[in-house]
Amino acid sequence: MSATPSLLATETEDDLRAAVRSLLTTHSAADRVLARAESGAPYDRELWKTLTGSMGLAGLLVPEADGGQGAGHREAAVVVEELGRAVASVPYLTGAVVTPATLLALPERTAEVSALLAEVAAGSTVAVLAVPLTTAPGDPLPEVTTDGGGLHGTVRSVADAAGADVLLVAADSGLYAVPAGAPGVTVTPLTALDLTRPLAAVQLDGARGTLLAPAADAAPAVRAGLLSGAGLLASEQLGLAEWCLTETVRHLKDRHQFNRPLGSFQALKHRLAQLWLDVAGIRPAATAAADLLATGEGGPAEAQLAVAVAQVYASPVAVRAAEEALQLHGGIGMTWEHPVHLYLKRAKGDSVAFGGAGRHGQEVARLAELPAP
Amino acid sequence: MTDADDLRARTRALLADRPPATTSRADFLAARFDAGLAWVHYPEGLGGLGAARSLQSAVDAELAAAGAPDNDPRRIGIGLGMAAPTILAYGTEEQKRRFLRPLWLGEEVWCQLFSEPGAGSDLAALSTRAVLGDDGVWTVTGQKVWTSSAHLARWAILIARTDPAQPKHRGITYFLCDMTDPGVEVRPLRQITGEAEFNEVFLTDVRIPDAHRLGEVGEGWQVARTTLMNERVSIGGSTGGRESGMIAPLARTWRERPELRTHALHQRLVTLWVDAEVARLTGERLRQQLAVGQPGPEGSGLKLSFARLNQQISGLEVELLGDEGLLYDDWTMRRPELVDFTGRGPGYRYLRSKGNSIEGGTSEVLLNIVAERVLGLPTEPRTDKDVAWKDLAR
Repeated sequence: MSATPSLLATETEDDLRAAVRSLLTTHSAADRVLARAESGAPYDRELWKTLTGSMGLAGLLVPEADGGQGAGHREAAVVVEELGRAVASVPYLTGAVVTPATLLALPERTAEVSALLAEVAAGSTVAVLAVPLTTAPGDPLPEVTTDGGGLHGTVRSVADAAGADVLLVAADSGLYAVPAGAPGVTVTPLTALDLTRPLAAVQLDGARGTLLAPAADAAPAVRAGLLSGAGLLASEQLGLAEWCLTETVRHLKDRHQFNRPLGSFQALKHRLAQLWLDVAGIRPAATAAADLLATGEGGPAEAQLAVAVAQVYASPVAVRAAEEALQLHGGIGMTWEHPVHLYLKRAKGDSVAFGGAGRHGQEVARLAELPAP
Repeated sequence: MTDADDLRARTRALLADRPPATTSRADFLAARFDAGLAWVHYPEGLGGLGAARSLQSAVDAELAAAGAPDNDPRRIGIGLGMAAPTILAYGTEEQKRRFLRPLWLGEEVWCQLFSEPGAGSDLAALSTRAVLGDDGVWTVTGQKVWTSSAHLARWAILIARTDPAQPKHRGITYFLCDMTDPGVEVRPLRQITGEAEFNEVFLTDVRIPDAHRLGEVGEGWQVARTTLMNERVSIGGSTGGRESGMIAPLARTWRERPELRTHALHQRLVTLWVDAEVARLTGERLRQQLAVGQPGPEGSGLKLSFARLNQQISGLEVELLGDEGLLYDDWTMRRPELVDFTGRGPGYRYLRSKGNSIEGGTSEVLLNIVAERVLGLPTEPRTDKDVAWKDLAR
């Protein structure tokens, strides 16, 4: 029997949302996001400091005893949603969701793990998992070998690696924390479709790191980290899609052609109503995923299914919301100056992140016992 | 104000006074009505106690747990859901006393004479005429359509045009119509499924005493809005768990018949399964919102979602079944009291679900409503508002 997640926001979550939204409205306006992308800076360091320093948001998933806030996936999902709404450029989904979720899933809390976890929770260290952004939970990981204590391998398209302090590397001999500036580490920024989530190739030529866990423990922990990432990605997609819908409705109320508001044309009203309906479905799907990741109610398969459902549903809807926003904004939507392209690029990038709808559809088929031919 | 403890005490007193095991159904229901436990938010003397509406479910649960009979609410849904709240809101004391008790007890079934062949989405354009005679009796002539339960009903709620010179919303009056009047003719309306859930109702010089008018002359549209707001929007999906709706027979066939599977069908199956699960979660979220008294706008969209899902899922089921999908279970003209999606074959599900995007508000009208009321977009231009009904194009 399926678990019944709580699908309403708590008062704490509402307060958190208001605080984050207010901060992002002033500190991550669209022109600033675009300026950051053009500057070549890997992320908005000032915004990151505010989010993680005074607000402590990097530690939401981390228990208080480990230096975090002792909140959970539901609260982190609220932050991710608001960051999506602002298409903000900070390594939150990677550094404050996937990384701590991976470390917390390790069966043994060694001194090295605890130390890294505390730094990650404080936001003073940005640590990202060195796997391609497209990796789905449970997918095979890139091949990194160990030779005389040094790590060797190449990992393509790692999100937020360019600004990271530490790379979490799953090698054949275990999970390592490798300082990004260590000898033998080359991080090469790539020109990404999504201007607001930088990608980089990571090359390891005999780099040395701190062993965090043996290989047998690394794979399940990485899988758990990616599952959290994929689940909360749906909240990011919700934020993106809601922004696109809201801005498009606003535009169609303001913009007049043929002596009437564009939003008075029934062809456009129906498109927006249908889009609202589809976007409204992301919220319960994303909340269910975050809730079941937090509670574990019904066992791990329930959370896995909720995440897969959320991804299969949210990915195409978020892309369509951005595509509709661009089309319905008309010419202004095609300009570099208007922010809608930032949302389209993020939404399209998100649709292949953590496996994309196709890979998660296979998970749904497996978990719901609807086998392929 | 009657509170939960008081209601519990009254419920237990009713059960002690009329033990369900030794009381006839009719006696029990009558005693329940007279104890004010029928619909607790109704006034005293009319089956209620003036209590909060939210307290009803505890009474129902306690009575059901004690094995008490209910009034078969699905059979008399139109009376309970539409006629009763309208009579309560607009009826005279005599009308309330005359009609509400037999309605709730199920002794008198009600139907709704609103839609017409020429007035579907544009209901206010209706053309059934009612003319008041010198004897204080109205004479009604016209045709109504898509009337559930008309062949079983003793009474109908009816809207008719009483002043064609007024703009369409202003010249309508609301009546309670005796279905046994010799001028009422009910004919089954056969649907594409082969059966007839609904009726056409022909009204020829039907006589309705002015005492059976509900609300003022010419104010029938406002009265009808009360009825329509109380119309329980059937969301088409169950409130059950995962895979409890139209997706269930499709998923079962997929699991049991591996020889039917293809990759193209699999893609569509998984997508629809996910859409059905998201619609279920949307409904669950709405239920959780209602439980804390904070309904969101998502309810406006659920009927749209379920109409599309039911149609696409049943369409896929017909294709998946291949040879068997070419067959139909039974074209016999029947008169079912309730729609039974799961008791019939996939062809029936495919055909019947076509009505889901038409009945109770077409998907096109519902999209307008979402656009205007949820998104705040401009309303459709109206060229009919200030024109006399008789001068409208038709």
